[in-house]
Amino acid sequence: MSATGYPVAGRDGLAVLDTEEIRRALTRIAHEILERTHGGEEVVLLGIPTRGVPLARRLAARIGEFEGLEVPCGSLDVTMHRDDLRLHPARALGRTDLPPSGVDGKTVVLVDDVLYSGRTVRAALDALTDLGRPRAVQLAVLVDRGHRELPIRADYVGKNLPTSQREVVHVLLAEVDARDAVMIGDEGRPS
Amino acid sequence: MKRHLISAADLSRGDALLILDTAEELAGLADRPIKKLPTLRGRTVVNLFFEDSTRTRISFEAAAKRLSADVINFSAKGSSVGKGESLKDTALTLEAMGADAVVIRHSASGAAHRLAGWVRGSVVNAGDGTHEHPTQALLDAFTIRRRLFKGGIAPRGGLGGSSPRGSTASGRGAGLDGIRVTIVGDVLHSRVARSNVLLLTTLGAEVTLAAPPTLLPFAVDTWPCAVSYDLDSELPKSDVVMMLRVQQERMTAAYFPSVREYSRRYGLDTARMARLPDHAIVLHPGPMNRGVEIAAEVADSARSMIVEQVANGVTTRMAVLYLLLGGTEFPEVAS
Repeated sequence: MSATGYPVAGRDGLAVLDTEEIRRALTRIAHEILERTHGGEEVVLLGIPTRGVPLARRLAARIGEFEGLEVPCGSLDVTMHRDDLRLHPARALGRTDLPPSGVDGKTVVLVDDVLYSGRTVRAALDALTDLGRPRAVQLAVLVDRGHRELPIRADYVGKNLPTSQREVVHVLLAEVDARDAVMIGDEGRPS
Repeated sequence: MKRHLISAADLSRGDALLILDTAEELAGLADRPIKKLPTLRGRTVVNLFFEDSTRTRISFEAAAKRLSADVINFSAKGSSVGKGESLKDTALTLEAMGADAVVIRHSASGAAHRLAGWVRGSVVNAGDGTHEHPTQALLDAFTIRRRLFKGGIAPRGGLGGSSPRGSTASGRGAGLDGIRVTIVGDVLHSRVARSNVLLLTTLGAEVTLAAPPTLLPFAVDTWPCAVSYDLDSELPKSDVVMMLRVQQERMTAAYFPSVREYSRRYGLDTARMARLPDHAIVLHPGPMNRGVEIAAEVADSARSMIVEQVANGVTTRMAVLYLLLGGTEFPEVAS
């Protein structure tokens, strides 16, 4: 939203979250993670590429500020575990980078930008199973736009965004897109 | 990417970089507790080997299995080829069994190309006669990139400075621009040399062939590389030395006076290795003739990438199989 409080329509559609709102949502999620994991002990944050990775890093930095706790942070590419691989030409792979401490016995918080059908998270759970055996797995997303196709829900949500399936939600992050915003549009690039 | 991988010339710079970057991401798999991905579940890869091979066949088999594909191994020994079955009939049999990809090695140049016209699946050339062996070139390029970027070693010509945005310590996204590669020995009979010349130059490397005139192929002057008869003068300016096997089984005439003389002039021994720059590495596609083209001390030295090449072979072939088979069966329809 703009300074006047009204949504601003741009090239990519309507802005529903701006820099400040994203910052506040992440601050709240960071506090919730600390609360629910009893102070963040044994927590590992794993971002799902592309935009889950900078989000995971931001959460780790936030937790570090609040509690002086260094939370291990990494990335988990799910491409090879997707169920829609045969619907597209082969895709380039993202990075999988586990923190040296690994995931065995840890509470892994998966971090992604948008929760939609739940299929990416399903793939992430499979990918994670091949990497080790976490004590528990939780899910943090910046935006939950509904329309689940699998029995999956998020533990931490930045914003619940009711959408129609015709709409497209874009999360822009400074690390990748040079600015922070969540946009909603009619059509365009799939998110 | 094209549907088949017959020649290194089929690969654009973008294709080659996509394969190398994919291999880079897959390299981490070897360190994980479960070295397997579900990606090619339900796909069948046939290894069709008309010529002896250990590492290439095992490498392709391991690559396909790590991606959960079903693997059928076919070797000419003990098959109906011994009863006179033609390549085409063998291919049609495999086709009827539902092969999604056929990895072929054959002693006739052009066999993979012919096969591609007969089967529906993807064909991967694993060596056809003295023609090409593109996956070997890919794994060599992958080994060179990983090694020369590791620890930020920037050979002359400035790898570090000229590498594209986003590339990291392992060279993700980067080509081999300015890297000097010297390929030594039996170029005439070597499919590895041809594929490497094509691929490495596509990636921006400067390739020099060092061999006796009798072991250089006809029309080598049309290849995109330099040619030298004097190995010693090439060594000090090489970032990579690739030793080729002297292929005695393919030699039907006297190409050099004696093995001893060949070894003296073109073999890589410790004295020659000492002439290389400090960062330079030594590659050999294997199998080695120790004491002929490469001395045992060199093969076992820290500069030798020979064992690493084998490990990288599995990773690179996984990348190739994933990119050929991982997506839609008919990409032209999907787009």
